[in-house]
Amino acid sequence: MDNWLLVFGMAVITFSIRYSLFALPNLSFPPLVRQGLHYVPTAVLTAIVVPGMLLPDGQNWQLALNNAYLVAGLVTIAIAAFTRHLLATIGGGLLVFFLLRWAMGQLPI
Amino acid sequence: MTRVQEFSQGVRDMLPMLLGAMPFGIIYGSLAVAAGLSPWQTLAMSVFVFAGSAQFIAISLLSSGVGLTVLLLTTFVVNLRHALYSASLQPFVRHLPARWRMGLAFWLTDEAFAVVQHRYALADQSLNKHWYFLGAALAMYSNWLLCTVIGLVFGQSVPNLAEWGLDFAMLATFIGIVVPMLRNCPQVAAALVAAAVALACYDFPYKLGLMAAAFSGILVGVVLERRSDLPEEELA
Repeated sequence: MDNWLLVFGMAVITFSIRYSLFALPNLSFPPLVRQGLHYVPTAVLTAIVVPGMLLPDGQNWQLALNNAYLVAGLVTIAIAAFTRHLLATIGGGLLVFFLLRWAMGQLPI
Repeated sequence: MTRVQEFSQGVRDMLPMLLGAMPFGIIYGSLAVAAGLSPWQTLAMSVFVFAGSAQFIAISLLSSGVGLTVLLLTTFVVNLRHALYSASLQPFVRHLPARWRMGLAFWLTDEAFAVVQHRYALADQSLNKHWYFLGAALAMYSNWLLCTVIGLVFGQSVPNLAEWGLDFAMLATFIGIVVPMLRNCPQVAAALVAAAVALACYDFPYKLGLMAAAFSGILVGVVLERRSDLPEEELA
């Protein structure tokens, strides 16, 4: 397969989706839609995060204490809830994640 | 605020997001070559597509040998969420000329959306909020390109980079965005329902479970919000 075609196709598709509503400046949304849009970030990002924690490889459930994605994810949620600070959440979460992986011998070192 | 102030504030507010995107960009850069892209193709994808999760999924699918149609269809579904972002921000950018709207749309990532919608939600009457958007967007873009190059150049010298689990950085970023938003019952319910549906539909083809989960969460949020509004309307 021609990889350049893939790059070009992905670029066109991604831009078309992102530009879709910006391309229609005269369109204004009914109140119901505007209300729904308030839930977009919560619904979309949660739908990415939770499977990422419970099925880190995208295929197999790992509901176990040696799943660093799950344990560190829960710790990260706690950090976010208590600090409400983005840098502390990302930095702290990554730190906990790698410490856990290291302690459980899951790092390739 | 002036244009320059807005722009640099956008860059500054984006800095934590850059930390979260960095590991992801680096593994993308290092894995793309192993998946069969040439270094130029790897870089071109970051330059012209600029969509972290779609790029990552594309190279995983590429190494498992699926065809062009499936790859493009998956890109479409995975990126559909950006149409929702586009709709959310459209009321704030509709007054801008087309060249601005096209540029800002091209750079509309999850991270930029989270930071920028927060800025637009502030009540001040600044006329230069699109410069904030531009600053945030360009910070993310340059960081992404830089990390792609770092991954390309140094990825091969770090053995088993894929096994480090650097993709956790994306989860941490999204957690940092979402958790502070869960301030009322409809938002919490939207999150719980989206999570449950995403788990139930994780094996849908082309990542369609993501959109199913997103729409279920939005629906529940709206229904609960309307319900909690009802008594006030009856009083009025």
